[in-house]
Amino acid sequence: MDLKEKLLSSYLAFEETLDLDNDIHDIRNNAIKYFEDTGFPNKKLEAWKYTSLNSILKEDYSIFPKQSSAIDYKEVKQYFVYDIDSYQIVFIDGIYSSHLSKTTHDKFDACLMSSALNSSKYNKVIQKYFNKIAPKDSLTALNTAFSKEGAYIYIPKNVVAEKPIQILNFSTGNEHALMLQPRNLIVVEDGAQVQIIERHQSLTDNAVFTNSVTEIYAGKNAQADYYKIQSDKISSSLIDNTFISQERDSEVSVHTFSFGGKITRNNLNFYQNGSGINSILKGVTIIEGKQHVDHNTLVHHRQPHCESHQDYKGIFADKATGVFNGKVFVDKIAQKTDAYQSNNNIVIDDGATINTKPQLEIFADDVKCSHGCTIGQLDEEALFYMQSRGIPKKEARALLMYAFANNVLTSVKIPELKTRITNEIADKIGVQLGFDL
Amino acid sequence: MLKINNLHAEVEGNKILNGLNLEIKPGEVHAIMGPNGSGKSTLASVVAGNEEYEVTEGEIIFDKSNILELSADERAQRGIFLSFQYPVEIPGVTVTNFIRTAINQIRKAKGLKDMPANEMLKKIREKAAMLSMDRKFLSRSLNEGFSGGEKKRNEIFQMAMLEPKLAILDETDSGLDIDALRIVADGVNKLRTKDNATLVITHYQRLLDYIVPDVVHVLVDGRIIKTGDKELAKELEVKGYDWLREEAVV
Repeated sequence: MDLKEKLLSSYLAFEETLDLDNDIHDIRNNAIKYFEDTGFPNKKLEAWKYTSLNSILKEDYSIFPKQSSAIDYKEVKQYFVYDIDSYQIVFIDGIYSSHLSKTTHDKFDACLMSSALNSSKYNKVIQKYFNKIAPKDSLTALNTAFSKEGAYIYIPKNVVAEKPIQILNFSTGNEHALMLQPRNLIVVEDGAQVQIIERHQSLTDNAVFTNSVTEIYAGKNAQADYYKIQSDKISSSLIDNTFISQERDSEVSVHTFSFGGKITRNNLNFYQNGSGINSILKGVTIIEGKQHVDHNTLVHHRQPHCESHQDYKGIFADKATGVFNGKVFVDKIAQKTDAYQSNNNIVIDDGATINTKPQLEIFADDVKCSHGCTIGQLDEEALFYMQSRGIPKKEARALLMYAFANNVLTSVKIPELKTRITNEIADKIGVQLGFDL
Repeated sequence: MLKINNLHAEVEGNKILNGLNLEIKPGEVHAIMGPNGSGKSTLASVVAGNEEYEVTEGEIIFDKSNILELSADERAQRGIFLSFQYPVEIPGVTVTNFIRTAINQIRKAKGLKDMPANEMLKKIREKAAMLSMDRKFLSRSLNEGFSGGEKKRNEIFQMAMLEPKLAILDETDSGLDIDALRIVADGVNKLRTKDNATLVITHYQRLLDYIVPDVVHVLVDGRIIKTGDKELAKELEVKGYDWLREEAVV
């Protein structure tokens, strides 16, 4: 049975366990119907031209883990940016781990999607926001149909969440191969602020396929910073679908750090629904071997006087492949839009490939839109310059790579995270420089 | 300290150095002058270990061993320093982090531990003050957006930090106004000891008024065709290089 068939038949069993009176039941049924009609995306689709899912779809995944697993904190401590003094929502094989988590309902809610979906207390928010911005898309629909667990974060009006909230998805390898579909909902009401760090981490070499959907709503003057650490094992693949809806004068940034995994696809979509909005998309990709990272971004400027800033850097070694497809839509009404897009890549080895494609569709006539992409090699002259100061070639290359990625790191607002990312980059490159840039 | 014997070098099949001989002893300042395209910068690059140049014949002896097989970083670790004619911009790496990396990598190669942070800081401040460098300068990205003069001053700052045995200054005077030239030259002079040596590569005699050479060589067509004292530099300033070419042919 192929994966699609397996998912469709699993859905029938899954559906029976659900409360049929639940309001989202119809949403699920429509979603699975949509997935049934469209199936997994293939390379014939323009948006998937350079990313094939074939190699990951052929595994025989467990759709639901047979048992819940426990992990000792010390086994996974290294994956937490903060170990104390912050809220953490942790899942093990897709199941909430109360043992590793620290949730809250005090000033704001940082808890579970399962409770939000099933408790009447959250019904109003779910009704208003759940699955409202995600457009019709087969993978998002598949996630919607199976939506069960994930993070639910609700920051009420004018509340500032002071410490970052961490969302961690661990997989234990207790299943031969596991498919995960976390579903996160983040609502940041008017004038509220939040910082979120998300990580998917497999603890063994068993195959994991994650199809994640995150919806983020930023109210007027709200501010949200979302950091995605994609540094998973080579046996894991991730499709990350993130949809962000912004109201007037809000600012949302998403930083994506892609160092690990077999196939990583980021579908990152921003929708601007008021004026004075700023949308920030940043990414650093450093991959090797046969790793593949695809950034598919969309910023839809629907109102005047808004900004968007996209800055993606990639370093590709061995036979690694990278894709950047950045779409910017500027509606006719969206005058005075300032949209910037930049994608710079360094190809270390001849076997590495990068496909970069800016796609700007501008219907307004008074806008400032710029884009640029480069593909190059490490600057030989700079390497010689550094070597002539006594820095060996390997370290010189590392320093150049750090420097290249650095301007994306400078906008990381959490110092601990910045140090963490710097260290992950150092690990990836195999050189410790002994300082943060 | 440095002995170059019959050095031939080429880049992309073009022969640039054609049997060059040069000997520099500790404590000496040598100047190499010559017209454009005579091979001055090539000589600097080859001694520093730039792999773009291929040495086809000859040897370079530094501190009694042939360094031709050593990489640029290994030569730097042994005490060779090249002040670039066109210093490279490295966005994202501050002047301080760059020099710190260089010093610690050199120490590592010698089996020493990293220089303690406070010692490093003290040294950085001292050398920056010697070259009248603004403190802000140190936290800027290396050479990025620096003026020509700032770049050259930064080269000498690095030299002061690294304390090389042999410093090669490649056209350090180009792009400098007279005040900056004086500061840079003063810096170089202060760094002179009886144990280190300086090789000044220049087009004009101007710099040699400030950094006074013991020996002046004239490089034409990849060979040294005349050697003299500082008076030779002055003569060149007046007469140009053509009379030497003719003399060499005769």
